[in-house]
Amino acid sequence: QILVLRFSQSFCNLSSLFRKSVMNPKRCAACRYLRRRCPKDCVFSPYFPPNNPEKFACVHRIYGAGNVSKMLQQLPVQTRAEAVESLCFEATCRIEDPVYGCVGMISLLQTQIQKTESLLARTQAEITVAQIKHSQNQHSEFM
Amino acid sequence: MPGCIFAPYFPPEEPHKFANVHKIFGASNVTKLLNELLPHQREDAVNSLAYEAEARVRDPVYGCVGAISYLQRQVHRLQKELDAANADLVHYGLSTSTPSNVVDLVFQPQPLPQQPQQVNPVYRLPGASRGTGGSCGTFLPWNNGHNQQGGNM
Repeated sequence: QILVLRFSQSFCNLSSLFRKSVMNPKRCAACRYLRRRCPKDCVFSPYFPPNNPEKFACVHRIYGAGNVSKMLQQLPVQTRAEAVESLCFEATCRIEDPVYGCVGMISLLQTQIQKTESLLARTQAEITVAQIKHSQNQHSEFM
Repeated sequence: MPGCIFAPYFPPEEPHKFANVHKIFGASNVTKLLNELLPHQREDAVNSLAYEAEARVRDPVYGCVGAISYLQRQVHRLQKELDAANADLVHYGLSTSTPSNVVDLVFQPQPLPQQPQQVNPVYRLPGASRGTGGSCGTFLPWNNGHNQQGGNM
């Protein structure tokens, strides 16, 4: 019985050592949100630090953790940080504007571009007229 | 299936539309999003989700944000040009005195840019440059840029 007890104690110690060697000592925001252990190779942990839980909550609400994980795994590692930031941005836009999301922003920018282009064209036309008038005045002064 | 929330917005002749949305957002997330909206808002919501999903499938790193970044730089460039043109106008001592019919004769609007190029994002967080949530400009991308009544859609 003592042998069994010692064996089970050793097993528990070994298990604990194993968990510590493969798990992050501090869970990332994603694993904390999902209430699971955070492995050392967690796909989320580089991009969802534990001190910013809202970031993952936002992304998870719109895309779902599984979809985000799949998207990240399909990307080269060096592009994942940017992908996470753009996903967060779009998710935040969608939470703020559930109907249009970030497409609302695209629409507003296109409208602004159209208005500015019109104004610019009009101003350039006014400049052309002014230049013509100016050269006509100079010509009549010369005469 | 009767009562299917997707049926009005995902016609069978556009299978890619749902495929993209399902791939990026997931069917259950879309269902949740639509259930939180009023029925008259759902069509635009689905179309905007489909637009975002397609953008993300084409550009898995930046999605729609690539287009936003490009458009923001366009706005910035045009504003600088407008400022320079206004400075030239001041140089000629002209403000609003030019007859509008003379201006109209030489007025030739330029077409909007068509294809966004891939750029590093310079976007800001939402809410920084927009007024009330839920508003939209006059262009809806899925209408190919045709004018649409804006307002608090």
